[in-house]
Amino acid sequence: METKPDLNIDRSIGDFHYDVDYEFDAGIGLSERTVDYIADVKKDPDWIRDFRKDALRKFESMPMPTHWASHDLDNIIFENIRYYLSQGTQPKRSWDDVPEDVKRTFERLGIPEQERKFLAGVEAQFDSEAAYSNIKAAVGDQGVIFVGSTEGLQKHPEIFRKWFGKVIPTGDNKFSALNSAVFSGGSFIYIPPGVKVKHPLQAYFRINAENFGQFERTLIIADEGSEVMYMEGCTAPKFETSTLHSAVVELVALKGAKIQYVTVQNWSANVFNLVTKRGIAHEEAEIKWIDCNIGSRLTMKYPGVIMKGRKARGEVVSIALASDGQHQDTGAKMIHAADDTTSNIVSKSISIGSGRSTYRGLVQVGRHLKGCKNNTECDALLINTESRTDTYPAITVRGKENACQHEASVSKISAEQIFYMQQRGISEGAAMSLAVNGFVNDLVQQFPMEYSVELKRLIDLEMEGSVG
Amino acid sequence: MNSTLIEKHVTPISSNWPTWFAAEQKTALTDYEQSPTPTRRHESWRFANLKPLDLSAFVDAQPVSSEGRLINASSGLGEFSAKMVFGNNALLHRSAQSLPDGVIFESLESAAANHAELFRKYFMARPTDLGSSKFTALHKARVSTGVFLYVPANTTVTLPIEIFHWAEGNNASIFPHTLLICGENSSVTVMDYFKSADKLTALACGVNDLHLEKGSRLTYIAVQDWSSTTTAFHINSTNVDANAKCTALIANFGGGFVRGESLSRLIGEGSRSEMYSINPVEGTREIDQRTLQDHIAPHATSDLLYLNALDDRSRTIFAGLIKVEPGAQGTDAYQKVRNLILSDDADPNSMPGLEILNDEVRCSHGATNGPVSEDELFYMQARGIDRDKARRLVVNGFFNSLLERIEDAAVRTHLSGLLAKRLSVD
Repeated sequence: METKPDLNIDRSIGDFHYDVDYEFDAGIGLSERTVDYIADVKKDPDWIRDFRKDALRKFESMPMPTHWASHDLDNIIFENIRYYLSQGTQPKRSWDDVPEDVKRTFERLGIPEQERKFLAGVEAQFDSEAAYSNIKAAVGDQGVIFVGSTEGLQKHPEIFRKWFGKVIPTGDNKFSALNSAVFSGGSFIYIPPGVKVKHPLQAYFRINAENFGQFERTLIIADEGSEVMYMEGCTAPKFETSTLHSAVVELVALKGAKIQYVTVQNWSANVFNLVTKRGIAHEEAEIKWIDCNIGSRLTMKYPGVIMKGRKARGEVVSIALASDGQHQDTGAKMIHAADDTTSNIVSKSISIGSGRSTYRGLVQVGRHLKGCKNNTECDALLINTESRTDTYPAITVRGKENACQHEASVSKISAEQIFYMQQRGISEGAAMSLAVNGFVNDLVQQFPMEYSVELKRLIDLEMEGSVG
Repeated sequence: MNSTLIEKHVTPISSNWPTWFAAEQKTALTDYEQSPTPTRRHESWRFANLKPLDLSAFVDAQPVSSEGRLINASSGLGEFSAKMVFGNNALLHRSAQSLPDGVIFESLESAAANHAELFRKYFMARPTDLGSSKFTALHKARVSTGVFLYVPANTTVTLPIEIFHWAEGNNASIFPHTLLICGENSSVTVMDYFKSADKLTALACGVNDLHLEKGSRLTYIAVQDWSSTTTAFHINSTNVDANAKCTALIANFGGGFVRGESLSRLIGEGSRSEMYSINPVEGTREIDQRTLQDHIAPHATSDLLYLNALDDRSRTIFAGLIKVEPGAQGTDAYQKVRNLILSDDADPNSMPGLEILNDEVRCSHGATNGPVSEDELFYMQARGIDRDKARRLVVNGFFNSLLERIEDAAVRTHLSGLLAKRLSVD
C-alpha cells in the first residue's frame, strides 16, 4: 500500500473525526471526479480507470431494484456517502467512545484484547503482522498469491485481467456497478495447479485494514486440481460509521479445483450490506459458499455458482439471524450450464422480535442438459409474534433427465420443548437459546471450529431479551 | 392497442342491464385503456410471455351459427340440478330441474335488475390483482352476460349445477363470468366448462368470483378446453368465511396461452380453501398461473396442489404465494407444485413463495421437477404396452392422484373420464 498507517494518533481525543487530508480522502458524494480521484490515489492502470468510469455510467443509469427488493433501499442517499478513505484517514475514536453493548459483546465472545480495539475501530489496524507473515510465507512457497486487490491488479495483471469482472459483469446489478466504479481493498488470490492449501486463508489476518472496507473487491482463482478455503469476517460486531457496504466477490474454480468461501458477518444495525458473490465452476470443480449473516439494517446477498463444466458442483449453506428492526434478505443462485452438474442449497433463518428474514433463490437448468440435480431446503424459525419470514424461490429446470426439489418450512419453537427444559431447571431464555442452537446446529458444524464456537455464543447473546 | 375491442360497446350489448351499469362499464373501459401493459419488470409477470397481451387482432364475437348444436353438445354429468349454456356472450339455454326454493340461478343482467342489492354487494367487489388488473378492467367493460348463483342459508343443492361457455368464430372475443354466493351453511357443487365450437383462435377474458359465507361448502370445478390457439385470461377470486370450505379445481386441457390468477382470501376463523389444478400441456402451449393464499383470519387452512405435465416445447409458470397476515395465528398452509417433464424442450418455471407475518403457523411449500420413471415405463412395456401409451398412462396416473381429493364420486368419475379422453388413454 502507498499509505503508511499513522500509529501516533492521540487516542485520548474523544469524538472521531476525519483528517482533512485531501490526498487520501475522495470527499463526499459520487461523480466522475470521485472515480478519477480514487484511480489517481491508487495509481490505477488506464484500463481500470476506464472500467471504473464505465461502471459509474452503468450505476447512474440503472434504477433501484425496488420492484422486487425492499423499499428501504430508497433511504440510501448516495450523495452523503464517502466513497474512499485510505488507511491514514480512517475515523479515529477512543475506547471510551465504544458503546457499552459492543464492549460487552466482545467480553462475552472472548475476543482477545488486541483484536477488540481493532474491531471497535479504535486502532486503525490489527497487529497481526506476525501471523499474517507466517501464513503468507507458508503458502508463498507453494506459489500461492495472496495479496490485496490493488497489488494483484498491479503486480499480476496477466492473471488478474483475464478473470476480473468476468464472473460478475459490471452491469449485473446496480450495486455491482457501484462497486466496480469505486472498489478498493479486498483480496486477490491465485492457487497454482495441484496446490492444496492446508490452512484456511483469512482476510482477518491481512494487515491491510482496507480489507474491511466499504467497497471491497475479491477475486479468487483456483487453478486445475487445487484446493483452498477462504474465510472473511468474524463473529464480533464490527462497529461501523459508514452505512453502505457493497462488496463484489468473484471465484473461479478451474478443472477439478475446490473453493470454500466462508463468511461470518455481524454488522452493526445501521449498515446496508449489499453484496454480490458468484463463482464459476469448471469441469469437476466444486464451489461452496458457507455464509452466516447477523446484524445490519438490510443485508441483500445471494451467493451463486455457475456450473459451467461437466460434473461441476455448487453448494450454498447459509444461516441468517434477523433481530429487531433488521432485514436479512439472503439466498442463493444455482445456474446449471453443463451435464451431470449438481447443486445443493440449505438455508436456515431465525427472525427475532420485529426481525424479518427473506430467502430468495434462483435455480436454472438449461435445455438439452442431462443428469443435473438440485436440492433446496429452506427452514425458517420465528421467535416472536411480530417476527416475519418470506421465501421467494424461482425454479426453471428444463430437460427431462434433470431433477430438482425445493422444500421450505416455517415453524416456531414448540412450547413443549421449552416446558421440557424448564422442568429440568433451565431458564426460559436459556431453553430458547438451546432450541435455536439446535435448529442451526447441523449447519454450524460446517463452519471452521473457532467460528462455530463463537457462533453459538453469539446466538445465545442475540436470544437474550427475546423472551417475555 | 386493442382498437377493435375498445371502439365498440361502451354501452352493454343487452338492453336488460340497468342504466347504472353502463356508467361502471365506461369507467372500467377508461381503466383498461389507461393501465399500462404489463412488463416483465413487474414481479407478477416474471418469466411471462408478453406477446399474447397484444389483443389487437381480436374482434367482437358474432351470434353463434347454430344455437341448437351448441346446446346439444353441452352435456356433462348424467345428473345435474340446473344448467346454463352461453355462446359468444349470449345466454342460449337455461334449465333448472331440481333447485331448492330460494336459490337464484339467473343471468347476470337479470340478477342486476332483480336482485340489485345482492348483485352490487358481490359483483367484482373484491380486489383480485395478481397482475392482471388491466384485463380485469377489460372484462368488466365488456361483460354482457354470465351466471349469477345465490344459494340461501341452510340450503343444500344436492346435484351439481353445470355451466357451459362456448366460443365460436375466428378471433372472436368472449367474456365469461361466474358469480357464486353460498349463504351460511349452504352447500353446492358447480361445474364450469369453457369450450371452443371450432379450431379457430379466440380471446376469452373470464372472471369467476366465489363467495362462501359462514359454514358453507362449495366445490367448484373449471374445465377449460379452449382451442389450442386461444388466448385466455381466467381471473378467480375466492372469499371464505368462518368454518366454510371451498374446494376449487382448475383443469386446463386447452388454450394456446392461458393466464390464470387465483386468489383465496381466508376471512373467517376455521375456514378452509383447497386450490387444485391439473395442466397437461404440449406443443407450444403455455400456462401461466399465479396464486395467492391470503390468510387474514386465525386458525384457517389452505392447501394448494398444482400438477403440470409438460411435453414438446410447452411452457408453464407457477408463481404462488402464501401470505400469513399478522392476526392469523394458528394458520395451517400448504403449497406444492409438481412438474412432470416429458420433453427436453419443455420449460417449467416455479416460484413458490411464502410471506409469514405471524409466528403461530404451520407452513410449508415445495416444488419438484422430474421425468417419468424409466422403471414404470419398462414395467408396462414388458407387459406389451407400447412406450408412448405407457407414458400417457403414467401422466394419467399422475393427474388422477389429485382427482382422488374430490369428494363427490360422480364428479370424480366424470373428471377422470374427461382426463382419460384428453390423454387418449380411454
